[in-house]
Order: sequence, then C-alpha cells, then structure tokens
Amino acid sequence: MKPALTALFCGTLFGLGLAVSGMVDPAKVQGFLDIAGHWDPSLAGVMAGAIPVAALFYRLAARRDRSLSGTALPAPPSPRIDRRLIIGSLIFGLGWGAAGMCPGPALAAWLVDGRALFFVAAMAAGMAVQRRFFAG
Amino acid sequence: MGHDLGFALIGGGLIGLAAGLFLLIDGRIAGISGIAGGLLGRWPARWPADLAFLAGLPLGLALYRAGGGHVAVHLPGSTALLIGGGVLVGFGSRMANGCTSGHAVCGLARLSKRSLVATMVFMAAAVAAVAVERAL
Repeated sequence: MKPALTALFCGTLFGLGLAVSGMVDPAKVQGFLDIAGHWDPSLAGVMAGAIPVAALFYRLAARRDRSLSGTALPAPPSPRIDRRLIIGSLIFGLGWGAAGMCPGPALAAWLVDGRALFFVAAMAAGMAVQRRFFAG
Repeated sequence: MGHDLGFALIGGGLIGLAAGLFLLIDGRIAGISGIAGGLLGRWPARWPADLAFLAGLPLGLALYRAGGGHVAVHLPGSTALLIGGGVLVGFGSRMANGCTSGHAVCGLARLSKRSLVATMVFMAAAVAAVAVERAL
C-alpha cells in the first residue's frame, strides 16, 4: 500500500482519538493541569489508554527486521538526557499550559474554532525559529 | 467525570492504535511536532506521507462529528495568549525533539528514559503555567 494512504489512515485514527478523548479542548486540558484548583483528572485516561496499546504494537514490531511495508524500523531510543531536552521540554510545557494546546490537538481544533489557527501559525513560526537559529 | 474518563480512555486507545499501526506498518514514530517541523524546512522525501498524516488529524475530528460525536473546543479568550503559547510550543517541542505525542505516548510506550524525563519536565512546567495563569 502507498505510504501516504497508510499515513492518512493512521493520522485520521489519531485525530479521531483526539476528538473522542477531549484532548482537543484547551479548557479540559487546563482543567487536567490545574491540580491546585478544580482538578479534572479525566484526561489521565488518554495516556492510560494510549500507552499500553502503542506498547503492544511496538513489541510486535520489535520482533521484526523491518516494518510491514518493508521500511526500516526506528533505532532504539537514545538514552541521552541533555540540556536541550530539559530546556526544550520546559519551554514546551509552559506554552502547553498557557494555551491548553499542544501540536496534534491544535492541528485538529481549528475545524471547530478557527481562532486555533493563530496558535498553529505561531507554532510554525516557533519551530522555524528553532530550526533556523538554534538547531544542532 | 466518570463519563469523561471513559471517553478519555477510548480516545487514548485510538491514539495508541494509530501510533502503533504507524510504527508497525510504516516504521514511523507518530510524533506530531517532529512531522510538522520536518515540513518547515526542505521537504523530506517522505513528505506525501507526512502531509497525509497531518491532514488526517482534522479529518478524524470531522468524522467523529459527522457520526454524531460532540467536540468541545474552548480556546483561551486572549489571542496574545494563543500566539505566545504557540511560539513556545513550537520552539520547545523542536528543541526537545518531541511533544505530548512523541514523548508522552510513543516514547513512553518504547520505554525511553529520555521521554520519561521530557514528560515529567513538561508536565511540571504546564502545571506551573496554569497555576500562574489562574492566580493572575
């Protein structure tokens, strides 16, 4: 099968999961992060649902030399924990908390409220600046 | 809350399924910021698949709505907050080489120590950002 077709299928399934789970609602995400206030822990279910299912497939893939379509499988995760990982995650987390949106939900949420495109455009700009001036 | 938790678990399961199939079939990690960031420079050879995956995100949301699902999106009222948050999310996710999907779903499913550290850091930063926002 063409890789673009399977990618479209996987992306659609991913977007469906974002919509069903409530991850596309910034108010809900901020409620999940508001542990000192009116904490709404329900979004913990997203990770609890996603990680074991993904892990099962990753284990199946780990027994193979190549993916089902014959492409190379990714190298095992790097163990390196460096400043870029920590500082980058810190910056990412501040933005995620402040706006209640991360990349996947933002790329779907604009369909419901077009103002999410402000976030998407700013996110693209932030990525471009990182790539242009802070890469490597 | 119990109702929301059910949706979060099912949605999370779909996200895990999407990430798992993307790896098993195509050998790809379903990290949204990585895929989106890769399309901002010189387009990689696999760009049709990358674009198709990202296009699937709003498509999945649209399908859920078409099937009668309710999708709430309550964005922050401040456009400046959307833009500021977007810049931080874009910049930080690229610097840390991953966001919620790449580190907190795919990375943790691969038992990556790097992703565990990234997830703990961005969760803590996001909790702090929401606490500050609520206090202002």
